[in-house]
Amino acid sequence: MARKVSTSRKLTFTALAWIVAFLIFFPILWTFLTSFKTEAEAVASPPSFLFFDWTTENYAEVQSRSDYFKHFFNSVVISLGSTLIGLLIAIPAAWAMAFSPTKRTKDVLMWMLSTKMMPPVGAMIPIYLIFRDTGFLDTRTGLVVVLMLINLPIIVWMLYTYFKEIPGEILEAARMDGASLSQELTQVLAPMAVPGIASTVLLNIILSWNEAFWTLNLTASKAAPLTAFIASYSSPEGLFYAKLSAASTMAIAPVLIMGWFSQKQLVRGLTFGAVK
Amino acid sequence: MGSITLENVSKVFGEAVIIPKLDLEINEGEFVVFVGPSGCGKSTLLRLIAGLEDVSGGRIVIDGTDATELPPAKRRLAMVFQSYALYPHMSVRKNIAFPLKMAGASQAEIDKKVSEAARVLNLTDYLERKPRQLSGGQRQRVAIGRAIVRQPSAFLFDEPLSNLDAALRVNMRLEISELHQQLKTTMIYVTHDQVEAMTMADKIVVLNRGNIEQVGSPLELYRNPRNLFVAGFIGSPKMNLITGPTAEGYGATTIGVRPEHVVLSQTEGDWKGTVTVAEHLGSDTFLHVDVPGIGLLNARIGGEMPLRHGDTVYLTPQRDRVHRFNAEGMAIKA
Repeated sequence: MARKVSTSRKLTFTALAWIVAFLIFFPILWTFLTSFKTEAEAVASPPSFLFFDWTTENYAEVQSRSDYFKHFFNSVVISLGSTLIGLLIAIPAAWAMAFSPTKRTKDVLMWMLSTKMMPPVGAMIPIYLIFRDTGFLDTRTGLVVVLMLINLPIIVWMLYTYFKEIPGEILEAARMDGASLSQELTQVLAPMAVPGIASTVLLNIILSWNEAFWTLNLTASKAAPLTAFIASYSSPEGLFYAKLSAASTMAIAPVLIMGWFSQKQLVRGLTFGAVK
Repeated sequence: MGSITLENVSKVFGEAVIIPKLDLEINEGEFVVFVGPSGCGKSTLLRLIAGLEDVSGGRIVIDGTDATELPPAKRRLAMVFQSYALYPHMSVRKNIAFPLKMAGASQAEIDKKVSEAARVLNLTDYLERKPRQLSGGQRQRVAIGRAIVRQPSAFLFDEPLSNLDAALRVNMRLEISELHQQLKTTMIYVTHDQVEAMTMADKIVVLNRGNIEQVGSPLELYRNPRNLFVAGFIGSPKMNLITGPTAEGYGATTIGVRPEHVVLSQTEGDWKGTVTVAEHLGSDTFLHVDVPGIGLLNARIGGEMPLRHGDTVYLTPQRDRVHRFNAEGMAIKA
């Protein structure tokens, strides 16, 4: 039986939800608005919210000073590359752990996750030195490898959770029907896990796109993605808030748009298996 | 084609012995049912034959070749699972075609065999549907269709009807039996339902804790159960098992009398008792009778019998149908 909720209670909760949502959204909105102000208006006190002279000169300036599309291209290559390679490794790994678990499977999963608990700066020096000696510094390949490795535990965990929901009998049926291991994975398991794989891909593209620590520390100019593009506007000469905001808006726009169009898929993927 | 021999086959999971050494001969074209209570190892035994589990010891010979080390697909067996295990992202047509596609059959051959299987199983109108758009019975037929197209040497069924409702189960039981008549292919069928076993099997294998208790035709098991376990498991309602002085009178530790082998009288007989429950089915009347000194006995009387709770009745076992068992629970030969 549904619980009765009084109208006033409903209104209070709705208002609260809107307030929380607005608080979360506010920094993005503020960045967006600031990107259309002049530098003087951007630091004016008290700040003007909507009533200022709207200008797009920051965007033109940012594009002419630092090539947006070069950074955008680097971000696309790094986030897609790391996600796809991660997927190629994680699908067989998660398949093995979900369908032929051993006594140690849970421990392996926990161990993989525990690597996420270490502060990345702890591994910074050795990785930097390895990259310097192998010529991976400031290359897209190097970043693809690093981001793939740091996101791999999440990819494996997510896929493992989705695969666990698939009845083992279906894979056994495929085996009886003569499917080879690769056919079992590509023709039966993967199509059935599409919602799960899709949300894993989306989440990992977003994570890789937003990753700033490694991308800032391991790149200089050639392979610099959009995170480095934003960071370049916080310079020793001072902060240019309006330009920084314009750069930030341009950097986050692609993932925001992608997230907007795929939100249904994301939510379904993230709650997959929660409701039978 | 379709003979299967198990020699000394055993299965151990860690410390737990699921199946101690076991021998079994399944002849070509036979309908063999593995029956037993849950956890008796019947499904494990089927999975060993299928190759989905590795044996811990012994040999599995299929059509004269040692198949112990062969992967499932190479054993030329087809399996129908309890959950149907259809591929949810494929249409019925693609589900049935899947094994042929895996075997590298030509498109023309696939089309021909799929239409043929669909015709036999009344699935022609549903070929373009997805499994989720089908009823339980139709899904089961698709699973059978997927098994038929491969023309296997034997079919393995793992409790295929237990997810269906009672009425549908009776229908599908008949359909599978008819299919066996048509195809004449060896079938191994696992169930915990002894009615399914009795109605479908040429040969029943009764399993208990991984051991074969008895192998025989349904009526052999019904007439001559080898031990108390088989006596109690086969037959519905269950056989009455009586111990104490009454059994000693027959020169046994336990005697067994089937409910249908009890003669009822309202005036005279061996055992006087009181009806506790009378179940009137029309075709039969099931009586639960409390007999002092013996306990509760079941009697099955053909036709209608106007008896009620509290009535006094006399029960007499048919002498030639009394089963005698010794202290070890084994049948005593007459």
